[in-house]
Amino acid sequence: MNEMKLNVLICSGCDIGKKLDIEKLKGIAEREFKGEVSISSELCNSPELLRNVHGNVVIAACSPREKQANFSVENDSILERVNLREGIIWSHQSNEAMQSMAEDYLRMGINSVMRKSLATLIDEEISKDILVIGGGITGITAALEAAKANYNVFLVEKEGKLGGKVAEYGRILPVKSPYRDTVDASSFINERIARLKEDSRIKTFLSSSIGSISGQPGMFDVQIKSPSSEAIIRVGSIIVATGWKPYDASKIKKYKYGLNPDIITTLELEKLLKDGNSFANQKTFAFVLCAGQRDDQNLPYCSSVCCAASLKEALQIRERVRDSKVFIFYKDMRALGVYEEFYKKAQEDSGIFLAKADVDEISWNDGEPGMELKLNGGFLDFGTDIRVDKVVLATGMISSEFGMYNVKEEHPENGPLSYSHLNPYKLSDGATATSGEHILNLRYRQGPELPTLMDGFPDSHYVCFPYESRRTGIFAAGTARSPSNVATCEIDAKGAALKAIQTVELADRGLIIGPPKVGEEDHLTISLQRCTQCRRCTEECPFGAIDEDAKTFPLYNPLRCRDCGICMGACPVQAISFKQYSVDILHSMIKSIKIPEEDDKLRIVVFACENDAYPALDIASRERMKYSEEVRIIPVRCLGSVNSVLVADSLSEGIDGLLFLGCKYGSDYQCHFVRGSELESQRLKALKETLDNLALEPERLRIEQIELSDWSKVGNIIDGFVESVRKFGPNPFRGL
Amino acid sequence: MNTDVLVVGGGIAGITAAVEAAEIGYNVTLVEKNFYLGGRVVQFYKYFPKLCPPQCGLEILLRRAKNLRNLTIYTGAEVKNVSKGGSDYTAEITLSPRFVNDRCTSCGKCVEACDVSRENDFNFGMDTTKAIYLPHQYAFPNRYVIDQRNCKGVECSKCVEACAYGAIDLTEKGKNITIDARAVIISTGWKQYDAEKIHYLGFGKFKNVVTNLMMERIASPNGPFSGRIVRRSDGKEPKSVAFVQCAGSRDENNLKYCSQVCCLATIKQANYLKTLYPEIKIQIFYIDLRAYGIYEHFLKRLESDRSVEFIRGKVSKIDELGNDNLLVQAEDTLSGTKVGREVEFVVLATGMEPSSVASGIKGVSYDENGFVSDDGLFSCGVAHKVGDVSQSNQDAEAATLSAIQLLRNSGVRK
Repeated sequence: MNEMKLNVLICSGCDIGKKLDIEKLKGIAEREFKGEVSISSELCNSPELLRNVHGNVVIAACSPREKQANFSVENDSILERVNLREGIIWSHQSNEAMQSMAEDYLRMGINSVMRKSLATLIDEEISKDILVIGGGITGITAALEAAKANYNVFLVEKEGKLGGKVAEYGRILPVKSPYRDTVDASSFINERIARLKEDSRIKTFLSSSIGSISGQPGMFDVQIKSPSSEAIIRVGSIIVATGWKPYDASKIKKYKYGLNPDIITTLELEKLLKDGNSFANQKTFAFVLCAGQRDDQNLPYCSSVCCAASLKEALQIRERVRDSKVFIFYKDMRALGVYEEFYKKAQEDSGIFLAKADVDEISWNDGEPGMELKLNGGFLDFGTDIRVDKVVLATGMISSEFGMYNVKEEHPENGPLSYSHLNPYKLSDGATATSGEHILNLRYRQGPELPTLMDGFPDSHYVCFPYESRRTGIFAAGTARSPSNVATCEIDAKGAALKAIQTVELADRGLIIGPPKVGEEDHLTISLQRCTQCRRCTEECPFGAIDEDAKTFPLYNPLRCRDCGICMGACPVQAISFKQYSVDILHSMIKSIKIPEEDDKLRIVVFACENDAYPALDIASRERMKYSEEVRIIPVRCLGSVNSVLVADSLSEGIDGLLFLGCKYGSDYQCHFVRGSELESQRLKALKETLDNLALEPERLRIEQIELSDWSKVGNIIDGFVESVRKFGPNPFRGL
Repeated sequence: MNTDVLVVGGGIAGITAAVEAAEIGYNVTLVEKNFYLGGRVVQFYKYFPKLCPPQCGLEILLRRAKNLRNLTIYTGAEVKNVSKGGSDYTAEITLSPRFVNDRCTSCGKCVEACDVSRENDFNFGMDTTKAIYLPHQYAFPNRYVIDQRNCKGVECSKCVEACAYGAIDLTEKGKNITIDARAVIISTGWKQYDAEKIHYLGFGKFKNVVTNLMMERIASPNGPFSGRIVRRSDGKEPKSVAFVQCAGSRDENNLKYCSQVCCLATIKQANYLKTLYPEIKIQIFYIDLRAYGIYEHFLKRLESDRSVEFIRGKVSKIDELGNDNLLVQAEDTLSGTKVGREVEFVVLATGMEPSSVASGIKGVSYDENGFVSDDGLFSCGVAHKVGDVSQSNQDAEAATLSAIQLLRNSGVRK
């Protein structure tokens, strides 16, 4: 319990006062909790009532999602909102039931706030410097752009020169309106390299690799291994711009790559074009698009850039070999957005033949030039058998992070993948003991690289929050993050640079970095006296925020933490708590619920994810949709933060059933903390067995996946659960 | 008024830019023409490829926005002119009267009292609201608005009498303000291309031909039909639907460029139609199916459904039949034959046109297609280039960096 004064402000406006007995609520706050109570008929429009209120502040009015600006408190105070309007009077009918609901919610709010303590800021010396790994177009752009905003940058490149893949190209796709003219790759990249060399804010390490990365945002310690030296630097955030690798064309057997020197890849063709090769006596060329891409046996995804890149190369061949014929066989021509203009340019060229067709077979007679192609398509002007001098395979892009870190739970349908992150990475191994294959060599307990999505691209909520990898403060960009062309890489590099800058600025203020709780300041403490070193917290944290020390005790990195509380939910001995969120707080809320004396009245706890399920309930109540009065809603940061002990406690308190409303999980997960709702569903499976052993019906527990737009269904889901529990009758432990 | 960063347009890109810049510590002003934030995405039923609701990500963005004291938001505010003077930009802004002030508690008594209705533009006129209305269920700010074109004004005043909080002022006048900003980000977004211009597709003439954005509203639980897919001619749930790709896009006479998202929008809509009505028959007429990057999986999932027919050919004509059904005609370029399909409902995958084409801001330069061309101002989202939500957010981050570079090099400290 904190020692601060309790202030309770109750609003009677919006019909709250008509539906509820406000004086009775006031009496509870005064008598049971010695609080100072004020009542207003329009609290949101009465700023004077809040002006000199300090300490524990409970505002019993509308939903916590409303009127935040009017109901904010000073830094020396803690605010708790009790939802009387949306949570009670808009969503229920019986006055008697609403009154007992309001009394419960008020006690829950007061008990909760009194167990919270003021957040303490992390006050550490942090670095605002930025590390960029990879010196291709993305890395160079990220470095230049971050430096342009006056941040110091370290750039590490494994090769002896800068420029990456773009330096191997002859020309690149158009970068500006009207998008018809290609650009000389060398001058494009060299201009940027020159600017980079002149920029005193950027320090470049060539022929260098990352020996190790330890620490957290604002305090990453990075060991850079160079040919004749080693450096240790401290940076605040990291951009991973390590680019792409081409898919191995020899894996697509029917294209016979490697068996005939005239079957080449687009990357090899780029080199020929750059070197000024004139294709002696070769007149007829065939491009095979999707050489491996969009093929479940090879690369299941589309590389996005190969269509336009092949058009670019075809046009170059046509310029170089005047009387040439170039065939382009595609599945779909994906010249996206503005590249339509460029596509048109290729269509206008009378020597370019574009067709939707598959190349089924490539054959030749040894010792003779040329090849026969057997085509399989619909209606082809030039028939299904053609003879060409050269075949160009447009192979796809693989992220440099591909295969480094497979997280099975994100894409379970793909069958067995390595659970490598569950083999703890030994911190005691020392920096030099890392494997040569790895790129980042993170000294994180959960492994040395970035977790990836299904296709090996490191990302998580890429639609709403691109760049949010699951390693706070480390941002993938460019072709390491998704298949991209040069123009997209430049935008992506800039975006990642902004995220890197935002990271160091938030770290400087000791605040949470990364959505959804970005900018908040609640950090956790782990009681090592209680800890049994079971490692569940270090394994289950979706962001790898908790390492293990030499004695395998958890080692918390506050600036990697995203405040979800999944570790708190995981801990079997309840050793983990936040200043303003804990098992104790949730427990006190459950204990605040009065169990009805009548046997035909149930009391059910609903844990609702504050990100989706709780707002969905709010929207439903705006529509005045009603749901059972027998439930009590407890908003939680993430379903994954609900500790199993709360279920046992609830049942022993006499609660008749528990419903968990959380986000969707699986490969299209919506959980803002990636795995929270899924982990809770696994915990519930185990709990149901425990219930069975206690001769309690396991159906008294249920988890439902809710998305925000399910507001029209959420009431029915709750009512359905209440009725299913009613069949079993009240909890037999009631009153024991 | 002075601000570090002025963001013009409060759709997904604009909110992202404003929130990110403010979280870094700068003073940010976000100006939005509508009376709510969220732009186009709040009209969507689902995002591709996860089929997740846009409100989920918006909820987080808006929660962050509400917590930021250095972020000022104007809704019902339109930037008319941006001019540069010295190191600052000056924006002239017209504030439309909302007639409801921030004393509003969104209790809803006013709506009960109002007896005038208006066409609901949020649902493309497919239903009505009262003259005093909440723009939609997720509206932020969560405050009512009066449509002055329909409101009977002071003589009626029923809403004023119903409001216990003195939140309604029917005499409110619009006003003009100016904001001086060190950096400006234009994120004015897009409109759907006017499908009536593609006359042979029958939009506007045939009731059962709708656009893809209308489809999003129809499918939404908070849409005109509470999420039931119905034909506008007879209220029947269609058993067959044709999607017409490149309705306006990739067309010399209409939008020259590829709008990039329409293929995926159709795949998304076909996907959720199959979920809502497993027996429904779907035909997709296309030129190329552009499910780029990892979205390919999303296309594959649909392709594996045998009741979905993909026809490679640009639709040349749609005719209405006696039963309000539609005859969709095209040349199948794979077989070289003419095909016609009778369906009960048609969705046109209309393209995206930058909003500037309809109403550009004076002082901002645009290219031939209406996208902002860089002239010292920064832009992001579809005001800058066509793209999906993910790309627009990515672009917003990049534009925010440009703004911050300008600020940090002109000595503005946070």
